[in-house]
Amino acid sequence: MFLINCPFCGERDQSEFSSGGEAHIVRPKQPTELSDDEWAEYLFMRKNIKGVQFERWNHTHGCRKWFNVVRDTSNDKILSVYKMGEKPPENYK
Amino acid sequence: MNNKYSIFSLIKNAFSNHENWSQAWGNPEPKKEYDAIIVGGGGHGLATAYYLAKKHNLKNIAVLEKGWIGGGNTGRNTTIIRSNYLWDASAGLYDHALKLWENLSQELNYNVMFSQRGVMNLAHNLQDVRDLKRRTHANRLNGIDAVWLNTEEVKRFCPIINTSPDIRYPVLGGTLQRRAGTARHDAVAWGYARGASLMGVDIIQNCEVKGIKRNGERVEGLETTKGFIKTNKIGVVAAGHSSVIANMAGLKLPLESKPLQALVSEPVKPIIDTVVMSNAVHAYVSQSDKGELVIGAGTDSYVSYTQRGSHNIVEETLKAILELYPIFSRMKMLRQWGGIVDICPDASPIISKTNIKGLYFNCGWGTGGFKATPGSGDLFAHTIANDEPHKLNAAFNLNRFVSGDLVDEHGAAAVAH
Ligand SMILES: Cc1cc2nc3c(=O)[nH]c(=O)nc-3n(C[C@H](O)[C@H](O)[C@H](O)COP(=O)(O)OP(=O)(O)OC[C@H]3O[C@@H](n4cnc5c(N)ncnc54)[C@H](O)[C@@H]3O)c2cc1C
Ligand SMILES: [Zn+2]
Repeated sequence: MFLINCPFCGERDQSEFSSGGEAHIVRPKQPTELSDDEWAEYLFMRKNIKGVQFERWNHTHGCRKWFNVVRDTSNDKILSVYKMGEKPPENYK
Repeated sequence: MNNKYSIFSLIKNAFSNHENWSQAWGNPEPKKEYDAIIVGGGGHGLATAYYLAKKHNLKNIAVLEKGWIGGGNTGRNTTIIRSNYLWDASAGLYDHALKLWENLSQELNYNVMFSQRGVMNLAHNLQDVRDLKRRTHANRLNGIDAVWLNTEEVKRFCPIINTSPDIRYPVLGGTLQRRAGTARHDAVAWGYARGASLMGVDIIQNCEVKGIKRNGERVEGLETTKGFIKTNKIGVVAAGHSSVIANMAGLKLPLESKPLQALVSEPVKPIIDTVVMSNAVHAYVSQSDKGELVIGAGTDSYVSYTQRGSHNIVEETLKAILELYPIFSRMKMLRQWGGIVDICPDASPIISKTNIKGLYFNCGWGTGGFKATPGSGDLFAHTIANDEPHKLNAAFNLNRFVSGDLVDEHGAAAVAH
């Protein structure tokens, strides 16, 4: 339970948002060329990090827009919020 | 440490005011090398070590636990045990475990308080009715006991349920597995620990695994907070922390770790003598032998290792509990806690070899692995000892996420717990 600073609406309770999981998983450009292993990697394999994780969130019960969040999953502290298409902040890599 | 627990040992120890019971399991320092090391001293890890020693004659084994044994999800769950899963592979897996539960107290000479009080799953809409009826048919074809109860039969079986047709989620019926029930969670960990320790297994607590040493495609040992330990067989059974350990070996798993919560009320006189689950409204309730209502909630939707969980999840669960059981409206809740559960995309576990030689994973049990503890340990021990899965866990390999041969129990199997 924590607050998320929606880049469009400001700070709201986490329960207004839906988690979209790990961010920056690139959709395959040529799905027909993909091997089974690559499909498995894209669809199912996740870093599931304990620590600083880059993830997607949707403000489902608000503006309904998607955006990115950098969050420490070991204590739920949000370190940064940035819009879709923006470069992820460097200092957390 | 050779004490067999019995009426005679009880009488004998009464004469010394119960002050001379020997330790139930040892507290050794790690040796330099083991034939096999199990990472994670939860029920599944301890059961794995027990069956490795008992059935596969491996004696030089250690279980490494970063905290205290049973302090993870084993000691945090709502202890529901059932085997009424939809698909054949799952039915085989979970009913194998249920059969082991039925004799576990004898097997371990330790009372795990297994109580076959029945588990009832409620249906609240037409789709629930269809799904649950289909599941009872599938169960019976697999030799698993299951009956469908209509609303009146539900009420007769558990009279405190509100079956009024005008509530938000009316009860349209339910399924009942009579062989299902509950057990004492701590006792399962302690019983397996004692049994394993008596056969010479080293149970090492306060020992966190920090790294996996690899030599090319095979494992060589573990870096731990108690130094480096050599081994060429590593079985990882770390529930919510499975991905963290997989990352140490450069592996990724198809898992997401999320908080799952439970809570208990103040103790009251016996009021509910079965387990009632409702997946649609995320509310599960049973009563412990101490008299507390044991209530299970849902998971948070995001990855987190905080072992807490959000307040709104608990609120939603309690709302549902109050509507289904108006009689509980003045109960006080005593404690609330969370555990970190490792969820697979198909809501089925992984008991599998990996592409690194000597590295095995048993994970992905998510919200419902307590029920499988004895079976999981038995099959994982088989997999580690033979470097081959048993036929009952062959379908639960890691490669299913590549082949697409998933065991999709999500909607199918009365989901959580
Ligand atoms: C609130 C809640 C309710 C649940 N209700 C039910 C239910 O009703 N029925 C059911 O069947 N299941 C239920 N479950 C799921 C069930 O608890 C788990 O699937 C099961 O207990 C997992 O057992 P385990 O031994 O694999 O994991 P755990 O008991 O979590 O053991 C894993 C151990 O690994 C240790 N570990 C982790 N990392 C390291 C490391 N680096 N080094 C050393 N040790 C490490 C941990 O400390 C932990 O003790 C519930 C879970 C929760 C949280
Ligand atoms: Zn918004």
